[in-house]
Amino acid sequence: MAKILFNKRLSEDFFLLGAQEPNQAAMGQFYMLRAWDAFPLLSRPISVFDADSETVTFLYKVVGQGTRLFSRLRPGDSITLQGPYGNTFPRVSGRVALVGGGVGIAPLYLAAKTLRGAAPPATVDIYLGFSGRVVLEEEYRALADRLVLNVGGFITDEIDPAAYDAILTCGPEPMMRALYEKCRAVDAAHRLYVSMEKRMACGLGACLVCTCKTTGGNRKVCRDGPVFPGGEVFSA
Amino acid sequence: MNPLAVNFAGVPFKNPVALASGTCGFGRELGEVFDLALLGGLCSKGLTLRPRPGNEGIRIWETPSGALNSVGLENPGVQGFIEKDLDWLNSQNLVNIVNLSGHSTQDYLEGVRMLNKVELDLLELNISCPNVKQGGMSFGVKTEVARDIVRRVRALCRHKLVVKLSPNAEDIVGLSQMCREEGADGLTLVNTFQAMAIDINSRKPVFENVYAGLSGPAIKPIVLRMVHQVAKAVDLPIMASGGIVCWQDAVEYILAGATVVQIGVGTFMKPDLAVDIIRGLKDYAAAQGLRSIADIRGVC
Repeated sequence: MAKILFNKRLSEDFFLLGAQEPNQAAMGQFYMLRAWDAFPLLSRPISVFDADSETVTFLYKVVGQGTRLFSRLRPGDSITLQGPYGNTFPRVSGRVALVGGGVGIAPLYLAAKTLRGAAPPATVDIYLGFSGRVVLEEEYRALADRLVLNVGGFITDEIDPAAYDAILTCGPEPMMRALYEKCRAVDAAHRLYVSMEKRMACGLGACLVCTCKTTGGNRKVCRDGPVFPGGEVFSA
Repeated sequence: MNPLAVNFAGVPFKNPVALASGTCGFGRELGEVFDLALLGGLCSKGLTLRPRPGNEGIRIWETPSGALNSVGLENPGVQGFIEKDLDWLNSQNLVNIVNLSGHSTQDYLEGVRMLNKVELDLLELNISCPNVKQGGMSFGVKTEVARDIVRRVRALCRHKLVVKLSPNAEDIVGLSQMCREEGADGLTLVNTFQAMAIDINSRKPVFENVYAGLSGPAIKPIVLRMVHQVAKAVDLPIMASGGIVCWQDAVEYILAGATVVQIGVGTFMKPDLAVDIIRGLKDYAAAQGLRSIADIRGVC
């Protein structure tokens, strides 16, 4: 059980939850979160927003029963964290674009921090798309060489894929697919990495409910992913 | 003496707790989380003759007290399993229960022929998967249709044979009695209940296959009743599977007549839930002064 340090409401439905948890979580990974005993039955996969060796932070959006229960947690309460699970974003270098939509912006924070802290540091432009209120603008700006925001439109309209050595993205599937097509049009699809979201049950790779079709056959999002080369998912 | 040791159709289990087919893969991933040797047994993912990619679209949907799944028997095929996972499973200190499904009688028989050439502890014949369009559960609804497949598999299979039944069967007691008549060594009660969910925004069924399989605590009282009825009427050992998420659930099933219990979606709540249940059973046996957990089997 991990102790909750803060659970801050950022907008109507976005929350930032910090928990005391010794960890070695890396950019792109996730935990299965559970803040109840038996029901809801399933734990909730939530990606790591930020982590240091003692603390993990999650950015989540209230979308259903489980995340609603998370939103009621208070500092000092306990939460069960199972993880970190899954692979990580690749350690790309040069000029890097991070493209997030909605709550899919979450894993890009630690990605920006990690890639800018690498030696040599990457140049990191961050593109964030929101349907409603913008959250954490200053926090992302502090980690970005350039921050581009879009509210209510298509964040993919803002980016020129040809300008980057690598593009990492997480967000709604139509957004990521549009970005893949845009990359493909300028022969940059091989520089795109996508973080997939699927409904999960075990989180470990045993139950096969989060399968994602790829050019290499079925992959488990929880174990083989969540990060895949864009072409493996969207040309499949 | 180990009070949790039980004998299922001549196969010794160090405790009466196994993991249910489809919820634990072939054990490797869970083996990274806890020591599999603590388990009584493990039922493999349902195998088909040839590899299957499984179903498209959403595969899991939470419900109050349960979950619907529509994985559709994604599996590496019997040969793939034999090559990659069988030896490893046999090397684990637990009862290796291999679950075999099929789309046609010929599929089942060919699968049995291949498994006849290898070692395993129990063959769990799955005539109850609701998530495949051909075969699966359609073999397990009508007793006389099921009789044909059970008879043919029994005639061919050199392993101990457990038939995993569907709660969607027309007559669960009659079906169980038939398995006894045809020479099965045991029963697993039950697979998932055929069920559905609808997305009110798209106005379409959630699942590509329309119907899916319901499991979890929601089905426990019904499955408990089925186990009780079958245990009273049929002289075959029963592995009970249906919404067991705590040791008390396991005790109820044993009291109703089960020899072994299988943990399914409980593993999704906590990967090592089965270990907690085993510990709970041990404490219960001690508190009740039982020399053997089998002493309370079917006393209800």
